[in-house]
Amino acid sequence: MDYIKAFIIGGIICLLIQILMDQTKLLPGRIMVILICTGVVLSALGIYEPFSQWAGAGADVPLSGFGNSLFQGIKKAVDKDGFIGLFEGGFKSCAVGVSAALVFSYLASLVFQPKMKA
Amino acid sequence: MAEKVTMQEILSEEDPKKRNEKYNNYVDNVTPKHSWFVNLFWAFVIGGAICTLGQALINLYRYLGAGKEDAILYQIITLVALSVIFTGLNLYPKLAKAGGAGTVVPITGFANSVAATAIEFQQEGQVFGIGCKIFTIAGPVILYGIFSSWIVGFIYWIYTLYV
Repeated sequence: MDYIKAFIIGGIICLLIQILMDQTKLLPGRIMVILICTGVVLSALGIYEPFSQWAGAGADVPLSGFGNSLFQGIKKAVDKDGFIGLFEGGFKSCAVGVSAALVFSYLASLVFQPKMKA
Repeated sequence: MAEKVTMQEILSEEDPKKRNEKYNNYVDNVTPKHSWFVNLFWAFVIGGAICTLGQALINLYRYLGAGKEDAILYQIITLVALSVIFTGLNLYPKLAKAGGAGTVVPITGFANSVAATAIEFQQEGQVFGIGCKIFTIAGPVILYGIFSSWIVGFIYWIYTLYV
């Protein structure tokens, strides 16, 4: 059941963004920034976290889920450390994804040669 | 619909205004047109499939004994690693051609854009090639992610002071 939920919810988010991309011709970089910020705002409004609890990977794998975990991380850190938490929580909560992307990409640059674009 | 124009005609056109017009017609003609329905279908299927893979990984790691939070983090690491490998093998761009937003929206799209620039710019050197260009897409995403969550976090902090 959770597979079907992940497929449909994840698929719908991608479909909505595809409509946005087709209509506006926005480049992927901008789309990613929009998704993250949308995730942050929806999370702050208390919408995304319950949605993610229900939808599982369908809500976590899209970058809006990344935005959600950014705000959840800041919220947790503020609850714990107050003002300083504002400067801790964000990086802590995105640390795994960003570190993995940077480390693996650097390793990839040692292994793979640039190819002509298909 | 614009009439067919050849490159020759565009180049021989004297009036710059008309030339631009003809050029735009030409570009319109040679740009491949995908039906919007096909785009949406593949965005849905490929985006959905990547999320399903994520769910399968979470379930796998939970089965192997990881806690709920850890299982999600292991899943992110695995998806990022897979995406980087697919990018290196030049398979992710092929997937992206069909999948569109389905390959941009998931975290694999972020990993792909980081890996693609790292590989692409390695010839420009370790520091100013890979070191700078690796953040071409990652930079804006991290900046605006951190900044927007700081802003709403700030509001939340004010709120905690008075409640």
